[in-house]
Amino acid sequence: MSTFLSEASLKRHTVIDLLFRNLTRISAFGVLVLLAAIIGSLVVGSMPAIRAFGFGFLTSSEWDPVGEQFGALVPIVGTLVTSAIALTIAIPVSFGIALFLTELSPRLLRRPLGVAIELLAGIPSIIYGMWGLFVFAPLFADHIEPWLNDHIGPMPFLGPFFSGPPMGIGVLTAGIILAIMVIPFIASVMRDVFEVVPTLLKESAYGLGATTWEVMWKVVLPYTRIGVVGGIMLGLGRALGETMAITFVIGNSHELSQSLLMPGNSIASALANEFTEAYGELYTSALIELGLILFFITFVVLSLARYMLYKLGQREGQVT
Amino acid sequence: MNILNLYARRRIVNALGLAVSMLAMAFGLFWLIWILWTLLEHGLPALAPVVFTQMTPPPGSDGGLLNAIAGSLAMSLVGVLIGTPIGILAGTYLAEFGQRGWLAPVTRFINDVLLSAPSIVIGLFVYEIYVVHVRHFSGWAGALALAIIVIPIVIRTTENMLRLVPTTLREAAAALGAPQWKIINYVTLRAARAGIITGVMLAVARISGETAPLLFTALNNQFWSSDMDQPMANLPVVIFQFAMSPYEDWQKLAWAGALLITFSVLTLNILARVLFRQKSASH
Repeated sequence: MSTFLSEASLKRHTVIDLLFRNLTRISAFGVLVLLAAIIGSLVVGSMPAIRAFGFGFLTSSEWDPVGEQFGALVPIVGTLVTSAIALTIAIPVSFGIALFLTELSPRLLRRPLGVAIELLAGIPSIIYGMWGLFVFAPLFADHIEPWLNDHIGPMPFLGPFFSGPPMGIGVLTAGIILAIMVIPFIASVMRDVFEVVPTLLKESAYGLGATTWEVMWKVVLPYTRIGVVGGIMLGLGRALGETMAITFVIGNSHELSQSLLMPGNSIASALANEFTEAYGELYTSALIELGLILFFITFVVLSLARYMLYKLGQREGQVT
Repeated sequence: MNILNLYARRRIVNALGLAVSMLAMAFGLFWLIWILWTLLEHGLPALAPVVFTQMTPPPGSDGGLLNAIAGSLAMSLVGVLIGTPIGILAGTYLAEFGQRGWLAPVTRFINDVLLSAPSIVIGLFVYEIYVVHVRHFSGWAGALALAIIVIPIVIRTTENMLRLVPTTLREAAAALGAPQWKIINYVTLRAARAGIITGVMLAVARISGETAPLLFTALNNQFWSSDMDQPMANLPVVIFQFAMSPYEDWQKLAWAGALLITFSVLTLNILARVLFRQKSASH
């Protein structure tokens, strides 16, 4: 009288299995649908602007809501420049932090210090913005910017980038705050990829008499190069799309200026500032097109980042 | 002589490199401490009991953040309730059924990209597909935007945690004759529970500070609102509005809100880590 192997019970379980598997599959498929829907809705929303301005949208620096003339050059340049400043500062610092956490830190401190750096990533970006506006920008205006004006301002080539009224808010301030925000992301990826380096390789180098720095620079870094670049791209993706921190300190000006001390704009901050106040179809549509451009840029950057990290993962699989 | 020189140079380079690395670590900690210090300095004096009992005030009068706190909690809750089941199901597919076919690798890749996609674009998306059609900002729209941010986080942690469950557990259950849905629901997902809860907590921490996606969806509301179909007050947007305002009492409230958000987010982060470590240590 065993019922558990009865025909009906087996059939029932087969059906539930099928249902369950398809339920999970539909959910996974939902992610793809989500991506398609995001791209689709942004394209549809920006159609009026695409039709009105075409490719000129990318190269025009005009932003005139009254005359309904819009160009994306200033926000695009602002986004790229702030991200570039952020990476210039964040890459060496992140490398130093990862090196410290993997090789130098006493074992006891390794975990708490790692968590502390990760907490830096946990602080909401609006807090960075507030802190930047009320604390960092005034200090920057009083102490750093006059110094930059006096010492780097007169130099050829570099000079024009660092001269201007010391206002505190501007592209350079935004870039520095962005740097602090992306350091934890890049540093934790670097730490993770440094940790996959086989101990055998490192010990061989140490055994040959290499110093810690040499092991890092000539063994660990070449071995993990692709992962390190992936981590940097991941940080870049974050920096490009960062909104609130930048909105507070960049100054929201649609003027193109050579000086990094002048206010500028980024795609994300233009959206945050203007979208709810935009009037008229064309204005809204131009802002949505900005969002589409931002999504496109970050999508490419993040895809490259993931591709590189997968590559490293695959190689690691082969070695072990 | 030459060899000695080389040796000395290598030692100096090493010492310099290591010193710079320590400086970098100090540099990172320096900002963390400075920002937290600023928050305590400005936030603690502003954190009076009225913050939790009164509504957001018009400039120049007394008030608190009660409606904003309630709105944030409500939208985060709905966002997590929508996002978590979808995320767990999709993560289960990636870990348990995704060995063959194109769907799993593609989904994994797209999910990892969405994980760090700019959240302001998510706000735009929800605006385009929802707000435009119902013609008003609402708490539902805000919750939907937050849910879209939750999904990739939960998918990623669910998949990672399920992969940590030893295959022998699955095989043991299968050998006892359990059908696959039972194996997954009663054995693997249960074994991975601590990790998945950690993932959900991290997702909550992430969305409770998100401002950008709420700007175009929930907007803000100066009054108490329990109707999710209306514009809804929420802490991040209130902080944004109040901090950017020229009124001193508004700025003070913004600091109180900032302190609240940061410390709840950091507490969640730390709790999630501690919980995960304890659970995985006891296995």
